[in-house]
Amino acid sequence: MQLEDIIKILENKLDKTSFLTIDEQSSPTALIVPDTDLRSVCQVLFEDSKLYFDMLSCISGIDNGVEANTFEVAYNLYSIPFDFQLMLKVILDRENAKIDTISDIWKTANWHERETYDLFGITFEGHPDLRRILLPADWEGYPLRKDYKHQEYYRGIKVEY
Amino acid sequence: MAGKIQYEYKDDNLVKSEPNKYVEEELKSTEVVINLGPQHPSTHGVLRLEVLAEGELIKDIVPHLGYLHRCFEKHAESLPYNQIIPYVDRMDYLAAMNSEHAYAMGVEKMLGIQDKIPKRVEFIRVLVAELNRMSSHFVAIGTYAMDIGAFTPFFWMMRDREHIQRLLEWVSGARMLYNYIWIGGLFYDLPVGFEERCMEFVRYFKPKLKELEEIVIQNKIFIERTANVGVLSRDVAINYGVTGPMLRASGLRLDLRKVDGYSVYPELDFDIPIGEGKMGAVGDCWDRTYVRVLEVHESIKIIEQCLHRLKTDHKRTREFNPQEVVPKKVRPKSGDFYVRAENPKGELGFFFRSDGRSDIPFRCKARACSFVNLSVIPELGKGNLIADLVAILGSIDIVLGEVDR
Repeated sequence: MQLEDIIKILENKLDKTSFLTIDEQSSPTALIVPDTDLRSVCQVLFEDSKLYFDMLSCISGIDNGVEANTFEVAYNLYSIPFDFQLMLKVILDRENAKIDTISDIWKTANWHERETYDLFGITFEGHPDLRRILLPADWEGYPLRKDYKHQEYYRGIKVEY
Repeated sequence: MAGKIQYEYKDDNLVKSEPNKYVEEELKSTEVVINLGPQHPSTHGVLRLEVLAEGELIKDIVPHLGYLHRCFEKHAESLPYNQIIPYVDRMDYLAAMNSEHAYAMGVEKMLGIQDKIPKRVEFIRVLVAELNRMSSHFVAIGTYAMDIGAFTPFFWMMRDREHIQRLLEWVSGARMLYNYIWIGGLFYDLPVGFEERCMEFVRYFKPKLKELEEIVIQNKIFIERTANVGVLSRDVAINYGVTGPMLRASGLRLDLRKVDGYSVYPELDFDIPIGEGKMGAVGDCWDRTYVRVLEVHESIKIIEQCLHRLKTDHKRTREFNPQEVVPKKVRPKSGDFYVRAENPKGELGFFFRSDGRSDIPFRCKARACSFVNLSVIPELGKGNLIADLVAILGSIDIVLGEVDR
């Protein structure tokens, strides 16, 4: 399987042209997907028998900082029968960061999306159970944002160590 | 601050910080919420399971995590690549060598020096990683037998694990958290006489493994408790991203050591055991335990081959410097990287973003195998008896240090 074939199949199935950008710098090679198309792209990647991306390995959020004013979400997919790894990247606006959930396609996404929500504050729309997973529910702020400032006290305990 | 009470106790603190998903008032009259953990020995650490039960039957399980959250990813954003390794150790503290190996290989791949690593270094890495894989499986099998109600195997496994801990302590100076595998090399060469001692251990251990199989795996009580319990079908496992012995027990022959062929694994001869459903259905708790036992057999095979190669082709020499290719400054080119390796518990992945300008990662995310493997517990537990929940949870083999990171 080649990256060009994947793009061709995706463009055919979704009836769109040149909406995907290849990011050569990444390893495995990444496709930058518009945030509105992520769900449909994932659906095709999962269902098409020539692609067969049956496993979602990882979802990572990235904060590009206040100056760039963007978030990114990277999805690492793996096709077991074809032994092919693919990375999908979505760039989101830092204010009002929202993206459709894919937790109904791959169940793995459920907890990974919750973690990304917990640490970055990115909302996954349509997620069945979007709660904080690692931090307490009443923790203030999203720690992995680059401009994060922790609260001074939590339950009378000084947070600064 | 003498005399000052640090923690402000309020009755509703727990409800506010970690609220239950099921509220008592909304339950049916036959349903009840049972709280398991976070200090229950069968949860293998600090995991809280909120179990919605109807009589003895489980209707839903809601895991509450984060009691051992140590901000690995936040720390990693302010540390140079080589200084992150001790933090990686503390994620899966039962298999620190394997995690180090995965991490070091990942950074080497980013730097593009993965082909320059001397063969002796690679063989030592695989040797210590397989020793650590064995000791991790010992804990998994031993504590699992204890969960089921057999106490002796736990002591046996801990006794044999101690031999491995002492070998690794001799190598690195630490019992569990080694910081031995460095980016581009090793902290130090093997101590003189290690190969012979290690061989001695292998010879000592082989009959013990047979004993273990007789007392645990073939034990009638153990089979009754585990066979046909918590059956995980292959499709569900893949969809939940389950990896490692759990996925192989469900019948898929997927091992990244073979698939990716990293390090010197392609030069070594070993098999990948899978669950065959000898005692019940494929992918039940018995299969998962048996796959781990078979993997210990395979690890012994790998260790023997590594020791042989270390004594013949890649002998210890005065000139050998394990830190020869260790880079002075770790500064990868910019880009996103996802690297993965096979840990005892599954696929350990690291996502890195390097900005190309500093030796500190812009973003470092760990894809923890225990975290993903644990996420299948609501699916596995539903419809089972509460007594079986402990058996199912134990068979997943989680380390909370890695789940919470």
